[in-house]
Amino acid sequence: MEKFENMTSRVVPLPIEDVDTDQIIPARFLKAVTREGFGENLFRDWRYLSNGNPIPDFVLNDSTYAGKILVAGRNFGCGSSREHAAWALYDFGFRVVVSSFFADIFRGNALNNGLLPIQVSEAFLQEIFRAVEDDPSVEIEVDLEAQIISLQGAGQERFEIDPYKKMCLQNGYDDIDYLLSQKEKIEAFEKKAPRYFMMGL
Amino acid sequence: MAGKTLFDKVWDAHVVSQVDGGTQVLYIDRHLIHEVTSPQAFGGLEKRGLQLFRPKQMVATPDHNVPTINQHLPIEDELSRTQVETLEANCEKFGVELYGLGHPFQGIVHVIGPELGLTQPGMTMVCGDSHTSTHGAFGAIAFGIGTSQVEQVMATQCLLQNKPKSMRITIDGALQQGVTAKDIILYIISKLTASGGTGYFVEYAGSAIRKLSMEERMTICNMSIEMGARGGIIAPDETTFQYVEGRKFSPKGKDFEAAKAYWSSLPSDPDAVFDKEYTYKAEEIQPMITYGTNPGMGMAVSGNIPTSEANTDSFKKSLDYMGLEAGQAMLGKEISYVFIGSCTNSRIEDLRAVAEFVSGKKKADHVTALVVPGSKQVESQAKAEGLDRILESAGFHLREPGCSACLGMNEDKVPKGEYCVSTSNRNFEGRQGPGSRTILASPITAAAAAIHGKIVDVRELI
Repeated sequence: MEKFENMTSRVVPLPIEDVDTDQIIPARFLKAVTREGFGENLFRDWRYLSNGNPIPDFVLNDSTYAGKILVAGRNFGCGSSREHAAWALYDFGFRVVVSSFFADIFRGNALNNGLLPIQVSEAFLQEIFRAVEDDPSVEIEVDLEAQIISLQGAGQERFEIDPYKKMCLQNGYDDIDYLLSQKEKIEAFEKKAPRYFMMGL
Repeated sequence: MAGKTLFDKVWDAHVVSQVDGGTQVLYIDRHLIHEVTSPQAFGGLEKRGLQLFRPKQMVATPDHNVPTINQHLPIEDELSRTQVETLEANCEKFGVELYGLGHPFQGIVHVIGPELGLTQPGMTMVCGDSHTSTHGAFGAIAFGIGTSQVEQVMATQCLLQNKPKSMRITIDGALQQGVTAKDIILYIISKLTASGGTGYFVEYAGSAIRKLSMEERMTICNMSIEMGARGGIIAPDETTFQYVEGRKFSPKGKDFEAAKAYWSSLPSDPDAVFDKEYTYKAEEIQPMITYGTNPGMGMAVSGNIPTSEANTDSFKKSLDYMGLEAGQAMLGKEISYVFIGSCTNSRIEDLRAVAEFVSGKKKADHVTALVVPGSKQVESQAKAEGLDRILESAGFHLREPGCSACLGMNEDKVPKGEYCVSTSNRNFEGRQGPGSRTILASPITAAAAAIHGKIVDVRELI
């Protein structure tokens, strides 16, 4: 995983609630055996007609908006556990997703791929949507160390992140590195835990 | 000190160690894998030069993209074939038990786990699929994970997790005739919304839940994720023990007795405290359907689409996609596809209920009706009971096992703009094929829709 770098970026607004992972990356595009290239089909059915032509008024096709920060309505990433959703957002170029509420599995998948989910209040989220509507060039600053998200010329909010996941993002560590360092404890655990489920084997 | 919940007991028994800030190392007893979310995890292991830590605790089967006809032939779709072959090659190389296409144990991963006895009370189970919550019906902690986590479990049999909050949903009383487990869970999600369970692990309790069979309990736990909960769990009892006993991977003889004594200690203590509690009356639940594009947008089949949120952009977008209007009744709405299958409703009891309803009847001419059994074992059982003949003579197509039109990764898709009454778990935009319109329902409501060619209230027909 790459290290997360603090950033100041323009934003791409998606003021829709309950955006599910089937919209982020439809199932028919999950047929790869590698992690690369999913950005091409990010929001496929909102972004392209069935003949492959772009749908001009979808935000990713609208040159008015750009940047590494996606701002979306509440309950972003609900539905399927497909990590491909996080891969697609990252591959497309997003490094931060801002919403007032995230689905659990998506949040975990994003954090495991260097994509920072920032949960803000509904009021701040709406403030961002209004600001971008007024001026699409408005920028947001994300400071992971201080856990602060600031909207240019307006307010800021502190966001929560698990201290362990923060350390991982700042250093580019994967969970697997930590877990591998725990092997002895894991083996000791196996010896003392009830293991009825192994008895049928 | 307050007593422990069922969830606490199972979770606490699996904590290996504590990291800072509440994160814990959680041991995973069983890991199920399939062709779509495992290849990148195997790839990651190889890149790091790692082996599987506990291959005996893993089982693999292809289900998501497989065709449901001619499974004995090579898969025509090249990308699907590559994924299935990659799974086979990885299982061979890393030493994982695989129930491949054509194997008598192949099927949807959440159908074969329980039927093979891989799923047992008190376990922790994961799979790279959000409907892993299904296995909670046995009193196991089971939840879906992403591919990075699949790789972590492969390498260490553990995951880094923060313990979720606890919720209990109690359903007491007796269900009306024609109301099924699917209606219970659609009812709950319609009350709590598609995000109402986020951050929680849900225990389902109450006299109406106790009366359910294991397959019905699986239907309930399966859809826990549809309200955002990581999983659902139901206390193991005699119904559970009877189901588990004698299956391929279940403990045998004295081991089973010892396991049963342990499992019997798992139900929540009477003084256990939950972070959130909801209680509903079984009598108030009616046959349910969905009208929108998330599973929280559900209502009684005889009701009208709510008008309360009619002005919000998301609600308008959703109804616009569905070609429906706020305030509209759904009874009598013409439909053209019916899908009976998926990890929610593709087990033998579901097929029996459908066959019983359609026996001696014919589907409406304009309806395409697909029945996809959850596993090879379900398929064989259905044939042994003659359900295949009943279904075929009613005009339904009985297919071979797989996830099929639940997510349209294979050829089983619903065309753009068509309405499909589906026993699956998600009515997201395009879920069953680009532009498809999904109406979630129970197997008998779906069967009735196929016969009548429109949405009907099964209570008037049984």
